[in-house]
Amino acid sequence: MRISFAEGIAKAIHESLAADPRVVMIGSGIMGLNMAARAMLDPTLQQFSDRIFPTPISELALAGAATGAASCGLRPIVDLSTGSFIFQAFPQVVNEAANIHYMTGGQTTAPVTFYSLAGMRGAGAAQHSHRTQAMLGQVPGLQVLVPGGADDAYQLLRWALLESPNPTVFLSHPLLFDEAAEITPNAPMLPVGQARIRREGRDVSIIASSITVPRSLAAADVLQRAHGISAEVVDLRSIVPLGRETVLRSVAKTGRAVVADECYRSFGVAAEIAATLAEEGFASLKAPVCRVAVPDVPMPFSPPLEAELTVTVEKIVAGVLRTFDR
Amino acid sequence: MQTSKAAERVRGMLRIRRFEEQCIRLSKEGRFPGHYHVYIGQEATAVAACAALSADDFVFSTWRNHGHLLARGAAPERMLAEILGRAGGYAGGRSGTLHLAVRELGVPTTSALVGGSLPLATGAALACKRRGKGVTLAFFGDAALEEGAFYEALVVAAVWKVPILFVCENNSIPPAERKRGQYTSSTLPAVRLGDVPQSLQIPTATVDGADADALADCFDGLVGEVRQSGTPRFVEVRSSRWPGSKPLWPELPGGEWQVAWTFDQRPEHAEMAAWLERSDPLLLYLHKLMAAGLLSRQQVEAIDAQVRAEMAAAVRFALESPLPAAAEAYRHVWAQGETGR
Repeated sequence: MRISFAEGIAKAIHESLAADPRVVMIGSGIMGLNMAARAMLDPTLQQFSDRIFPTPISELALAGAATGAASCGLRPIVDLSTGSFIFQAFPQVVNEAANIHYMTGGQTTAPVTFYSLAGMRGAGAAQHSHRTQAMLGQVPGLQVLVPGGADDAYQLLRWALLESPNPTVFLSHPLLFDEAAEITPNAPMLPVGQARIRREGRDVSIIASSITVPRSLAAADVLQRAHGISAEVVDLRSIVPLGRETVLRSVAKTGRAVVADECYRSFGVAAEIAATLAEEGFASLKAPVCRVAVPDVPMPFSPPLEAELTVTVEKIVAGVLRTFDR
Repeated sequence: MQTSKAAERVRGMLRIRRFEEQCIRLSKEGRFPGHYHVYIGQEATAVAACAALSADDFVFSTWRNHGHLLARGAAPERMLAEILGRAGGYAGGRSGTLHLAVRELGVPTTSALVGGSLPLATGAALACKRRGKGVTLAFFGDAALEEGAFYEALVVAAVWKVPILFVCENNSIPPAERKRGQYTSSTLPAVRLGDVPQSLQIPTATVDGADADALADCFDGLVGEVRQSGTPRFVEVRSSRWPGSKPLWPELPGGEWQVAWTFDQRPEHAEMAAWLERSDPLLLYLHKLMAAGLLSRQQVEAIDAQVRAEMAAAVRFALESPLPAAAEAYRHVWAQGETGR
């Protein structure tokens, strides 16, 4: 069946609530869902109303309560709404949830899922546009999922809710909700921590995640058509765990690497991939690694200013051409 | 009140006090690094609160957790081993004193951040509500009321109507003020701490933290109310700071606590002597039991001898426990496999 990214999220929530009575939902707004996904989710919310809890605007306590409930036997998903709002909850996400298993010497697990709608959504300005995956990647004990397609939105969220024994931040993206993919019900999922080759190619690897996945696929089309360059697109799917092996294998084949990343350029996901390639894949590289990322400035409101900073198809194409000295 | 119940309370308080004395001694001897916090002077609270709980309940604590853990049934030797960073500790040396937790006793995790455990405890209470059994009790200090986490946790607990008892241990009350409800601090403008939860429709109580009988009645009553109603309660326990907690690193003014202080002797340390007289929950309780003829000096001395022996054995276990192998640093970052259903 063909579903959208938004429907994938709704389907994962429905199936998880139906499959496991320990799954509870703290907040059911799931901001950004389109009409079709909303229609899919609404009956679920009615069917499982005893497991859905209202949310005062108390991100800190909601994240903490979800974590505490997880440490006492439930499997909660908590909707932290716009990605930047996770900062209101940071002490509980970063300093409690991520540490619990380790601090207790393995006695306690906290399988909580923090749902967060992160990313540059257009006109979000400085306080509603954060991409938090690189910061969260600096927190051992926290899984960070960054689906770039509807298939992974569905499968990764379902995995987080039903199977993962660890705390997870699921980073949705407001501009991905209409992306669609074919899914096969009950098909096994590519294991978490393995990157997905979204498009095979010979000449260059474009390493992408979240919103940069469809943009990199579009860039690969342009490169093929206009420049005769065969680009392979690697979708990371998760930042923690990070699919380094797939990246290294792809670059070993192509010899060139461009990392398309919506984080800030400094200390971002792209920086980690570039460092990995420098340490473990240097011999394969025919050209320096190129980072296509967001310049280090707070996000401005005005459309031309935001566009200046956005990782676009054109910038990814230009980044690839640079690795060919074109 | 039966003798056996009174003796158990005395033993419970004395175990905490003797445990903390060993911590202070081991720290002075340089046996473990880092800062730590002791519960001397507040023992009656943990003993009364935990006596009101059952095995299905959850308990959340703070950096000042030794008394809560002991009263909940944790093994002193494994606690001390953890405090000393040894392999035999509850977390294999990963937590130290700050995050002592024992999952099997319903203490799933311990936050060392001011107010940090309150959202977690609210979630534990949600788990109690979902499974239809048990309540959650959260200990915290008065400083937690200066944190946003306190207010948010109360809001969520009140909106969700979950079975939780918020236990605020206010340990800096002048002795004469303990039975009044007023609290003034330069860093917290609230005069009555209960005003904050009351404004959110959470019923509140206050109790004298140096009165073991009053504490027992209070906790039996409040835990029963939470259990029956399934809704939150808040209690402020008002106790007076033990002089040994005044320096940054705890000290034993007047030396180890002596049973004889209950009778004819007094410590040479004047401030300690004054504190014992007016604010020590253990000594005040013993005075009361003696006056009622419920416990004799010999019985108290016998309990003390047993407790001293227990703590000496705990120290031996901890010191004999090896330091963890370096490779242990990498274990338990991630839970493996599915958690138990």
